[in-house]
Amino acid sequence: MTADGSDSAAALADAVRRGERSARSVVEAALGGIAARDPELHAFLHVAADGARADADAVDEKVRAGEDPGPLAGVPVALKDNLCTRGIPTTCASRILEGWRPPYDATVVTRLRDAGAVVVGKTNLDEFAMGSSTENSCMGPTRHPMDPSRVPGGSSGGSAAAVGAGLVPLGLGSDTGGSVRQPAALCGVVGMKPTYGVVSRYGLVAFASSLDQIGPFARSVADAALLLEVIAGHDPKDSTCLDRPAPEAMRSLDVGVEGLRVGVCEELVADTAPDVSRRVREAAEDLAGTGALVEEVSVPEMRLGLSAYYLIAPAEASSNLARYDGVRYGLRVDAPDVAQMNTATRTAGFGPEVKRRIMLGTYALSAGYYDAYYGKAQRVRTLLIRAFDRVYEQFDVLIGATAPTTAFAIGERVADPLTMYLSDVCTIPSNLSGHPAISVPFGAGDDGLPVGVQVLAPALCEERMFQVAAALERLAAARARPARGEGRR
Amino acid sequence: MSAAGTSAAGAPGTNADRANRSDRADRADRERRADTTERAEWETVVGLEVHCELKTQTKLFCGCKNAFGDEPNTNVCPVCLGLPGSLPVLNAFAVELAMRIGEALHCEVRPSSFHRKNYFYPDMPKDFQISQYDEPINVGGWLELPDGSRVGIERAHLEEDTGKTTHQGETGRIHAADYALVDYNRAGVPLVEIVSRPDIRSSAQARLYVTELRAVLVATGASDGRMEEGSLRVDANVSVRRVGAAALGTRCEVKNLNSLRSLGRAIDYEVARQVALVEATGTVVQETRHWDENAGRTVPLRSKEEAFDYRYFPEPDLVPLAPGSDWRARAAGAVGLLPSARRERLAGLLGGAPTPQQVDQVHVVVGQGLDDLVVAAVAKGAPAGLALVRAANELAADIGAALALDAGTFGSVVEMEGRGELTATQAKAVLAELLAAGGGDPAAIAAERGFEALSEGSLAAVVQGVVEAHPEEWARYSAGEEKLAGFFTGQVMRATGGKADGKAVAAELQRLRR
Repeated sequence: MTADGSDSAAALADAVRRGERSARSVVEAALGGIAARDPELHAFLHVAADGARADADAVDEKVRAGEDPGPLAGVPVALKDNLCTRGIPTTCASRILEGWRPPYDATVVTRLRDAGAVVVGKTNLDEFAMGSSTENSCMGPTRHPMDPSRVPGGSSGGSAAAVGAGLVPLGLGSDTGGSVRQPAALCGVVGMKPTYGVVSRYGLVAFASSLDQIGPFARSVADAALLLEVIAGHDPKDSTCLDRPAPEAMRSLDVGVEGLRVGVCEELVADTAPDVSRRVREAAEDLAGTGALVEEVSVPEMRLGLSAYYLIAPAEASSNLARYDGVRYGLRVDAPDVAQMNTATRTAGFGPEVKRRIMLGTYALSAGYYDAYYGKAQRVRTLLIRAFDRVYEQFDVLIGATAPTTAFAIGERVADPLTMYLSDVCTIPSNLSGHPAISVPFGAGDDGLPVGVQVLAPALCEERMFQVAAALERLAAARARPARGEGRR
Repeated sequence: MSAAGTSAAGAPGTNADRANRSDRADRADRERRADTTERAEWETVVGLEVHCELKTQTKLFCGCKNAFGDEPNTNVCPVCLGLPGSLPVLNAFAVELAMRIGEALHCEVRPSSFHRKNYFYPDMPKDFQISQYDEPINVGGWLELPDGSRVGIERAHLEEDTGKTTHQGETGRIHAADYALVDYNRAGVPLVEIVSRPDIRSSAQARLYVTELRAVLVATGASDGRMEEGSLRVDANVSVRRVGAAALGTRCEVKNLNSLRSLGRAIDYEVARQVALVEATGTVVQETRHWDENAGRTVPLRSKEEAFDYRYFPEPDLVPLAPGSDWRARAAGAVGLLPSARRERLAGLLGGAPTPQQVDQVHVVVGQGLDDLVVAAVAKGAPAGLALVRAANELAADIGAALALDAGTFGSVVEMEGRGELTATQAKAVLAELLAAGGGDPAAIAAERGFEALSEGSLAAVVQGVVEAHPEEWARYSAGEEKLAGFFTGQVMRATGGKADGKAVAAELQRLRR
């Protein structure tokens, strides 16, 4: 059971594996919820109803045959629409990929299917994952599940909203600068970014290759851990995927935090809205109250993260997005010669934010500017990693806010890209360093909308990170209990 | 990558290199200059960039077949088509072959990394090429040419090939094309780009360099060396300077050199053009030029200002490449005999100083990678001289089939010819059938075709019969009209169904005339 009382993914899978519930009925319920709720939310770009029913039936068939369909048997999953799905449209919310159906599944999709999960659809995102509100979608914005006038965050806003609204228990997103954690915080769900290389990127449409990681959305820390265990682990198709087994994230959930050294990172608190920073401090107090050794710590190099990120990510994007040239797939706008066709296609196919970043990145990599921009940004990245290494000599984990504010209004930051970019200021450092981080819902802001507390851990310390995240989840529930008069635990 | 540029420091080669050069090489240098430099006061300076397709089973970053001539767009997958979400995985055997090339060219084989070279072109699926940039796998070597001269090697790095565009239209020319077709079978095929130092001083030396480099690539098993199939492609950086000048002149890069002949002609044309230009205007404009084989001239392709800004940056989808010492040692051990040693070995089988004709044959056989076959055939008892001739002519003419031929089979054809059981004509016919069929039993083929050499007595009878049947021609031949020997030989061949030995017929005709 999750905090809101809905079935957890683990409970659903258990029921299906034991034959108590059919996968088909679980999937039909999810499809019904989507049909009822999504016209308003617009979390989904494509609902793969027929495929989902067929996959569910196959799971049920296995159960009948006495085979184990896997740890996610019959669990409906929503996929961010930048994950390749064989035969199912994969658009990246961009006109330029109009009509493209990948001939292959991303590695994470294959692993989900092998674990018995059922893909119910593809979710909305900022075009090519570039944005923090899901407003940069060529298909229009996704709305916040608790307040339709607000954004769900982004760029994985569709998956966050789908999980937050209870349409599916699990979702996948991609996190290049916070695109899983930030919308998770805004939508009141759990979202995590693994250590770079823990999850295969094969089949994730690249935005910034050295920063991109696929991460889980769930309504509980335990479900997020379960999903991570399914999708993580070595993949020979991704040279940057580490040759080691998936983290055993589930194992550490009930350990507690006694004696753990927790640093409250000043840079992840100071610049956040007062109602957000208040929640972070409460979380710190609660952790201390259950035996953690909590201290404030400053990592000044974190402040350099945003500028470095907005050189490295656009630089890599400018190269990764070159292939959308109208020659082989997706949109083509005809013109008298190839060069003009390339230009016409890209002009019509990309939205303004994508164009902005392609131009930024092209400039940053230009002859004569490379050292001053891209080269320097990479050196900042090294500085930041060293700073983290130093801090982790003193602390086991760091905590801070996931996002500077709660969910903001649709349209509020569209005209001001720099303010929009600041939405990711708390999440970007972990992408630059490659370290794991997770956002756990922890109370609400003054507007009643969810606040997320972020737990950061050293590279490959997912288990320790989940240990703290699970404790925070319990502490948040304890705080909610007297106020709401609920007592589910 | 360019080697022959104004920025390259000083004279070619290091002092040590030069000290190592033999007197023979110096003499050869002087002769070359006298040969090809039109005006004595100008010196030709050439650096070559050779792209070599590696002979791997699969492509550089995916499992697709690396094959020439297949149905277009059949050897493709999400990776080599650059589909969204796909990622490259480095082919270990391509790395091994690159290391062999480095070892054979006396390079330092080093830890390396890959970069992205960004530019838009329809035959490049990702619109960037994965290539090695500031950390190539092989740096700083040399190649010794058969004349004893040495050409320095700047670097030899790994990169992926592009697809192939065919412009469709009435003329086949780019600007008049209605549309273009792209074949991505070649996209992602592994290449090693070998960049020479600007040490080459004439078109003849450039041709010699490419010929010898090709032999090295074939000998090490890295390439099949087929220029006509594009598995070896050459760009030339050409400049001129006054003899004795230390600084290099401004270079032009010449592209589209599809054969040794094009290479030589293009360099000669470019040198003459640049000399005339410098003499008239004092300067050459740095640019990339295109060799027009039909017109016999180079034409501007793009100027330095129009050059692409490739926006190189480290390929984030690949990890740095650092082969361990074990692997490097294995690659070095697999290099085997280099062409010069192979030529010596082959010539040594002849049992005496080779004739100039045999020297050429040795070059051809080693250059085509047929020497192992000849050596093995000779070891099984085939006569060396005859084996060399048949390999240089008949086998080299159908190299693909020849490389698949078993040494014993080849050897027994040569042995039969050596023993006089087959005439030269018959031996060639048997070889042709073996090559066409991909093997077989030479004795059975000979028997099936009725190839038994005629005995001396029966040949004499046939010749006598032919002479009697053509008294008028015989009278003219007897009077000294030598060209009629061919007529009589032809008649004898027709009468014997090709079984007669040409030399024996000639001898019999001489005997009868006397």
